[in-house]
Parts: sequence; structure tokens; C-alpha cells
Amino acid sequence: MSGAFGSIVELAAGLRAREWSCVELATDTLARLRDSQAAVNAFISVDEEGALAQARAADARLGAGDAPVLTGIPIAHKDVLMTRGLRTTCASRMLERFVAPYDAHVVARLREAGTVLVGKTNMDEFAMGSSSETSYFGPVRNPWSAECVPGGSSGGSAAAVAAGIVPATTGTDTGGSIRQPAALTGICGLKPTYGLCSRYGLVAFASSLDTPGPFAHTAHDCALLLNAMAGHDERDSTSVSRTAEDYARLIDANAGTKPLDGLRIGIPREFADDALEPDVVASVEEALAALRSLGASTLDITLPRLSYCVPVYYVVAPAEASSNLSRFDGVRYGHRAAEYDDLFEMYCRTRAEGFGAEVKRRILVGTYVLSQGYYDAYYLKAQQVRRLIAEDFTRAFAQCDVIAGPTAPTCAFTIGAKANDPVQMYLNDIFTIAANLTGMPAMSVPCGLSKQGLPIGLQLQANYFDEARLLNVAHRFQQATDWHSRRPS
Amino acid sequence: MSFSSDDIARLARLARIRLDAVETNDVREKLDAIFSLIDALQAIDTAGVAPMAHAQDVMLPLRDDIVTREDCRARFQAQAPEVADGLYIVPRVVE
Amino acid sequence: MRFEIVIGLETHAQLSTSSKIFSSASTAFGAPPNTQASAVDIALPGVLPVLNRGAVERAIRFGLAVGGTINRRSVFARKNYFYPDLPKGYQISQYETPVVSGGSVTIVTDTGEKSVRLVRAHLEEDAGKSVHEGLPPELGDVSGIDLNRAGMPLLEIVTEPDMRSAAEAIAYAKTLHALVTWIGICDGDMQEGNFRCDANVSVRRPGEPLGTRCEIKNLNSFRFLAQAIEYEARRQIELIEDGGRVEQETRLYDPDRDETRSMRSKEDAQDYRYFPDPDLPTLVIDDAWIARVRDAMPELPDALRARLVQAYGLTPYDAEQLTLSRALVDYYEAVTQALEARDAAAYKLAANWVLGEFSAARNRADVAIEHAKVSPRALAGLLRRIADHTISGKIAKDVFDTMWSGEGSGDDAADAIIERRGLRQISDTSAIEALVNDVLAKNAAMVEEYRAGKDKAVNALVGQVMKASKGKANPTQVNEILRRVLASGK
Repeated sequence: MSGAFGSIVELAAGLRAREWSCVELATDTLARLRDSQAAVNAFISVDEEGALAQARAADARLGAGDAPVLTGIPIAHKDVLMTRGLRTTCASRMLERFVAPYDAHVVARLREAGTVLVGKTNMDEFAMGSSSETSYFGPVRNPWSAECVPGGSSGGSAAAVAAGIVPATTGTDTGGSIRQPAALTGICGLKPTYGLCSRYGLVAFASSLDTPGPFAHTAHDCALLLNAMAGHDERDSTSVSRTAEDYARLIDANAGTKPLDGLRIGIPREFADDALEPDVVASVEEALAALRSLGASTLDITLPRLSYCVPVYYVVAPAEASSNLSRFDGVRYGHRAAEYDDLFEMYCRTRAEGFGAEVKRRILVGTYVLSQGYYDAYYLKAQQVRRLIAEDFTRAFAQCDVIAGPTAPTCAFTIGAKANDPVQMYLNDIFTIAANLTGMPAMSVPCGLSKQGLPIGLQLQANYFDEARLLNVAHRFQQATDWHSRRPS
Repeated sequence: MSFSSDDIARLARLARIRLDAVETNDVREKLDAIFSLIDALQAIDTAGVAPMAHAQDVMLPLRDDIVTREDCRARFQAQAPEVADGLYIVPRVVE
Repeated sequence: MRFEIVIGLETHAQLSTSSKIFSSASTAFGAPPNTQASAVDIALPGVLPVLNRGAVERAIRFGLAVGGTINRRSVFARKNYFYPDLPKGYQISQYETPVVSGGSVTIVTDTGEKSVRLVRAHLEEDAGKSVHEGLPPELGDVSGIDLNRAGMPLLEIVTEPDMRSAAEAIAYAKTLHALVTWIGICDGDMQEGNFRCDANVSVRRPGEPLGTRCEIKNLNSFRFLAQAIEYEARRQIELIEDGGRVEQETRLYDPDRDETRSMRSKEDAQDYRYFPDPDLPTLVIDDAWIARVRDAMPELPDALRARLVQAYGLTPYDAEQLTLSRALVDYYEAVTQALEARDAAAYKLAANWVLGEFSAARNRADVAIEHAKVSPRALAGLLRRIADHTISGKIAKDVFDTMWSGEGSGDDAADAIIERRGLRQISDTSAIEALVNDVLAKNAAMVEEYRAGKDKAVNALVGQVMKASKGKANPTQVNEILRRVLASGK
């Protein structure tokens, strides 16, 4: 058999039709995973034994007849999510040998839903980056072009799905870390509403922005994954308590030839940016035309403070990160320097050795914007502008149901091209950051290929808790296009 | 915004990160560039705007005062760099 | 020119919850190191804090007891600094918006009543402990970190700089201690460190603006608090008189040397980089919750003191002493209930005994009032026999000690002991006259002295008579009869 590039829906159907077993699917997946490592480097850890044991249990569950839809579906988690008994490194030397003593909430939920965990995916160190180059375990390569980055920070998770290794992965999105790599690798990636999926067990980067979410080939698969991942968790005080909903309910509904009839799509004027690649502009235009042909109407909207998203983000995220990463001090777990004369030196050397350059820079930026005399000018100011941006979006959603535009200004760029220029790197997130600042849901759907054959993503954003609609729009778009079926050569 | 090497050294000390001269200089240059991006914020009038510290304005949930008795010391300390007599060992703390 | 001492106190009261403030680990004292340190307490990657309702409820109770404002919305912030006993690298505390603002505590000293204003009371978590002694020597110059205390719930109570002497500071600390234990929010055991004070001390010449203050840490007994303040004020005054200047700094009190010294670890100017904790949304307290807490509040010490003065005719000082603990005043009221006489003299006698013999015996035995060997009814039985002159005060003390030692329990223990040991006071005039005559015959020298004008000799003779009666003679009668017999010139 080959389950490569199969969607969850297809694989689940095959399992139920006895075309293949969960163990066969897992074995097949593990073989692909091993074969891809040298070229893609999507994984930091693999759990063959554990995966096969889970697959056997999944087969038993399927045999018993009460198995949920994700039973036996191979999955990989971003290495920033705690997985009990498995190494969880955050792609950092600091946690190179750290074995998670517990499961993250979303990991546990997906485990209970029957998924088979095959390994942990590579990423930017502590999720800080947009290229997956800053990993202590080496850069992830884009399955579409080995010279290119897959985007980041959840680059390994995106590449693992794009390369056809696993049908589903998890990522975390703090400023675009799910959507941007999804766009750059030609798959779907969803950042849910902040609070919908618990952050418990997600190693914090920027707590008020971090959001776990799924990657898959299709919006339908994303809906199935979100059904398992979403849910209130008492251990996360920012987790929202809501009645459970089926995010696939609109997808499963029969909607006729004009399934998006009545849908108002807002197109922010501000998305017309000089930095946009012409191929990206063309693909997004084409996608909007496709959505209109499905019955949607488009209208111009304005988000006047959109250009401030990047500066706000690069104050708020480093500020929170500088505090969140203070626990890595070499006292209770993780790396400790081998040589030091006193406590102060033990701290300074441990953290100098344990963290990579980008992580250190962000800690220092965060330390500065919170320090005495600068707090008001930077941190407080950024949090005020954050509110103004959120108000802009709330106003926009009074006029439209979803906002559409490019996920990223460019296609995948060459490894190393922006590695020494943080500002250029940060500008990758220009369109994705707003959803993290506001907490609203957003996703990226494949919508084209550049002349060089690199994937382009369409970003769809919606109001708080409007995931079902977002996923339906993406699903209808995917029913009408075949970008998600294109494969890297 | 322009950082001096002393500014960087002060931040590195606060953040407990050792930087050598070459690293200090690299960080200084990059922070200058990053803050030229960030400083755009100063142009916005935010008088009277309430800061937004959380992505959603929710109420803090409260936990009932109940103890779950679970001694995880052995499991947790298996990953510690240095322990003795159940204590985490560090270079002498000066008070 | 004289200096005035200005003192403000910051008190950390450990709240009496079963579980920690942000984790469900136990708060029990004395467990082996790190066995009560959960994933949240040791700050494993990915774990998150969840606030304990019990801690908030206790903060509300405190706010109501001191007449402060319970803030309907308050915010938790992170105070960032590196220290091995601080696992997250930050302490979760409240900074700009505390749970309680304002309020006051009334103190009573020799100079009268005074109100000490509170600035605020806020919730925060405690840090762990550094252990320096008893570690394996081969480890070298190291410290051990025990995180059992990390995450203990604290209420930090901050006063205005309203106190002007060590005595006032002690009175405040004792009154506050009584209050927090009274309303059941803190066990108040200072040895276990669950009631700790830091003192901000400055000096100034009267009328001048506030001087530069020093914060003194590590004051875990009332005695150390007084000593540290006195030492520190003296140090500052001497410094100024020698032409020096006080530097604002944190100092540590060393009880062994009775001195304060600068804390080296705090030399590096602190920049705590406070910011709202993104893991914890705004704490919202509604009116209904406050009303429920108010309804469940016990009668507060201030109100009770006023009632003791009014209903029992006690002095404010006695009332203050009795209300230092709820259990003590409950005991006192139980004694008065069991008395037959309902007058000011009886109430005063009861107060003297409860604050005197009873408290002394209890302190010696180091037992809780609830476990005292002499019940309120038994003590009332003893007081009844003093009031009706069956025994003297001195004999009563012996009877009390006998009761305490367990000989004879029950409500009529005093009567039983008096009967069994024949301690009933001798009030028979002829019997006392016989004793007097006998003593005078044997002490001719003293009688001579008295006759020579030394009036004091009569006291010695009274003593002799009392001794001869084994303490049972009524002292007032002995005095009378002795003077009458001597005056008659026999």
C-alpha cells in the first residue's frame, strides 16, 4: 500500500473498508519518514515502537466498531508540544535531552481521538522564526525545492504533510507560524480563535498570542482535527468554556452550485503592498474570482493600522518571551553549562550555550521593552496599538464575513537568504500577525503555484469562534480548485 | 534608536546571557535595525486607549481549594542537572 | 536635636488554604524537600497557573475586616528576576491593581489608641527555600533548593509610614497577627514563617519631610522586629549625626549579632520588569461574592473589644489583651457565663485570672487554649471561692496549679481540692487571736521594734502569723487583730 498524500478522510475510509490496517498505515508512514529525513529533515524525534503499539490499539478499536474518525490516522506533533515519555526539545540545545513528563492538552485529545503519534517535528528554536532555519537540529527543507525554506516556525510540521509523510500534524501559531509555512508548502493550516485549544503543554513563546492548530491537505481534514483539539481545559486559565461544536458541520452539508451565496468577503486595501510578489498577487486575484463564482461577493474594506502589526508584535512577543524563557536556567532541567565559577556565571553561560542567536536577540529585545523607563514607550504603547488594531478588525467584520488576502508576501525563499537580516525575516509575517494580536481565527489554503513552481497560499480570516464558516469557505474553494492536490516532484 | 555596547551589556546581564565582544556587536547592530522597525509605533496617538494584554477579555477562572497528592520528585529530578538529598544543587546562593 | 523614627511595615501572611495559590500541591509544612513541588511549582515547560478560589476568598475577608476596598477587577503581574528559589524566573504578584486597597488597623499602646492606615493588600506566590547547611561536603560550595514552599499563597499587607516607634510597630504587628488568625485566613505560626514582616525604617527631625528609608528583611518574630527597628534607627541617626547620608537599600537583620547589614545580592540595581501576566486574565470579584463573605465573618476584634469594655467594665488594655486571640476571649466569656456573681468586680477578677495565671500556665505547658487542663467552668468554680473568701488569692494559686496538674477535674474541682487539703480560710476571730498571741510571744524582739516606732515590723509579724496558719488565715483579719492586740499594749 501507499498512504502517501492520502487525506484523513480518504485514509479513514480505507481503514473502515479494510483496504489497509492501522499497523500497515503506521509502518508505511514510518518508512516514508525515514526515507525523507536526509532530504527534508522534518523530524527531530521518531517513535517507531510507540507508533506501532498505538496502531495495534487503533486496529483493535476499529475492530470493536466504536472508533472515532481519527482512529489509526498517523500524526506528528510540533516539538514544542509536550508528549509524555517522548523527547520534547523545542528544537533547542537547551532541551536537547528533555523528556516530557506529561502530555499537552491537544496531544492528549488527539491521542484519545485515536491518532497514532509517529514523531516530533522540527521547527524554529522555541518557535521563534519564519523559516525553520534556527533549529539546533538543522534547517527543514521545503519539499517543493530543497534550496528553499518551508517557512516557519512550524516548518517541520508543514513539510511533513507537504512531503506526503503524514496526513496530519499539529503546529503552533504565534505570529503566523502555522499559516505561513502552510502557504509556503502548499497545504492547509488553521490558527483557531485564541482560547479554543488549550495551551497547556505548549512550551510558551508569547502566551497571549500562542495558539495550537492543525495542518492537513484539506480544510475538511482540518475541521476533523479541530473537532478533536478544541475544548475547554481547566489547566489553562485562558481556555474558553463553550459548548462543543462540530467544525465539519457546514462542510458536510449539501450546498448546491452556489455554496457561498450571500458570503461577503472583505478585501483590505492595505494588502496591496509593494513587497508583494507579482505571482502572489495574481494567484490571490484568481482565487477571489473563484470564490465569487461560488456565489460570494467581495468588497473593499480598510484596516488602517495594519502596517503597525509587525512593530506591535515585535514588542509584545519578545516581551512575553523574555519572561517565559527565564525558567530555562539550568537549575531543575535542561542544559547546564559545564564550567562556571558562581551562580551568576552558571546562569549566563547556561543560557548563552543553550539558546541560539535569534532566541537570545528576542530575549534581549523583550528585556529592553519591559525595563524601567522604556515600558510605557514600548510595551504599553504596543498593547494600546494592539487594541486599536483589534477594533479595526471588529469594525471590518461588521461589514463582511471573512477577510481574504495573501498569507505571505512571497513564495518560499532560499535557505540563508534572510537568515542574517531579522527585519526582512520579520516582514514575512506582515499579513498573519493581526490574527494573533486580535485572537481571531485564520487559515491558509493553497491557491496557486509561482512560475518557479512554488506554492502560494490564500489567507482567510474570520471573527471570533467563526471557524466553522472559515473551514466551509476553504472547503468550497478546494472543491472548486485542485491546488491542494498538486504534489512536489 | 541606537544602542551602545554598554546598553547591550546591561540587557545581557539582566537576561543572564553571556555575550562576547563579537556577539555584543552583532546584537547591537541587529537591535538597532529591529528598533527602527518598532519605533514606527511612536507615530500613533494612543491617548486614552486601554492596553490589551489578553487576546480575549475573559474572566479569570478559579480553582477549588483541593489538594491532589502526587509526589513527582523522583520523576522530575531524573532530569535535573544536579541533585542531592532531594534538593536541586546550585552554586552557593549569596544573600 | 531629637529624631523621629518613621516606620512602615510590609507583612507576608501565608493564607491558610489546603493547596497552593496556582497549583493543587499541598501546603502542609515540613514535608521532605521537593515532595510537595508539582509540575507548576517547579515550572516545567508548558505548565500554566490556575488561581485558587480559597486564596481570593481569604483576601476578601481581610479586605472587609480592615474596612478596605475590595477591587472588583484586579490584575496579576509578573515580577521578573533570577534566583534559584524562583523557578519561573518571575514571581506572580499583583502590581498596579491589588485585590484590596486602603483600610486601617487600630492599635493600642501605652500612649493610647492609634489608627495605622493600609496602602494595599495583594495576592502573590511565595518562593522556595535555599538550604546552605547539611549538604554532602564533597559537593563543595553549593546551596540546595527546596521548592515545597514555592507557590504558597501569600497576602502582602502594606501600611502607610504611620508608625513612630518600635513599640507601635510591635503593637501593629501583634494586632494584625491577631486579626488574620481571628478571621481564619492565616495560621500565624511565625516559626514556620507564615507571618513575616519587612520594615521600612527612616528617621527625620520633627517637621521635616520623610527621610531616606531602608527596608529590613527577615523579621520573623516580634522581638526581632523591635530589635531590628531600634538598631536600624540608631544606625541611621548616628550616620546623619556624623554628617553621612542614608542610602536607600535592602538590609538583612541578623538576630545573632543584633544588627542589620546590606544585602549583597540586591546590590545590582533591580529592574523587575513588571507586566500583566498573559496567563491570567483579570480577576473579577462580584458584589454577591463579597456579600457572602461578609455574612460569614466572625465578630471582629475592634467590635468585640468595645463590647468587653461596655458589657464587662474591663479596661481597654485588658480588652485588648483578651482579644489578641479568638480562643482566649471565648475562654474568658465562658468563664464569665459560669460565674454566679454578675458584677464588675467578678468580671475584673476573671480577666485578671485568664490573662494572668491561666495564660502563664498555658504558655508554660505550650498547649492550645482548647486543650487547657482547666476548663472555663472549673476556673469559675475557683473564682467563686476567692470571691466568697473561702480561700485567699495566694491559696487560690496553689489550688489552680493543682487543678492544672490534673488532680481533680470537672466543674467542682476547686471545691474538692480545698476540702481534701483543708485549705478553707480561717476567718474565726478567736482562732486567729490565738495564733497572734502565740506569734507575739515567740517574737518579743520584733514587738520591741514596733514599740520603738518601727511600723514596718508589723508586716513581718503578719507574715509570721500567716506562716503559722499555713496561709489559711484571712490576711485582712490577721492584720486587724494584730494591730488591735499590739495597740492594746499587752
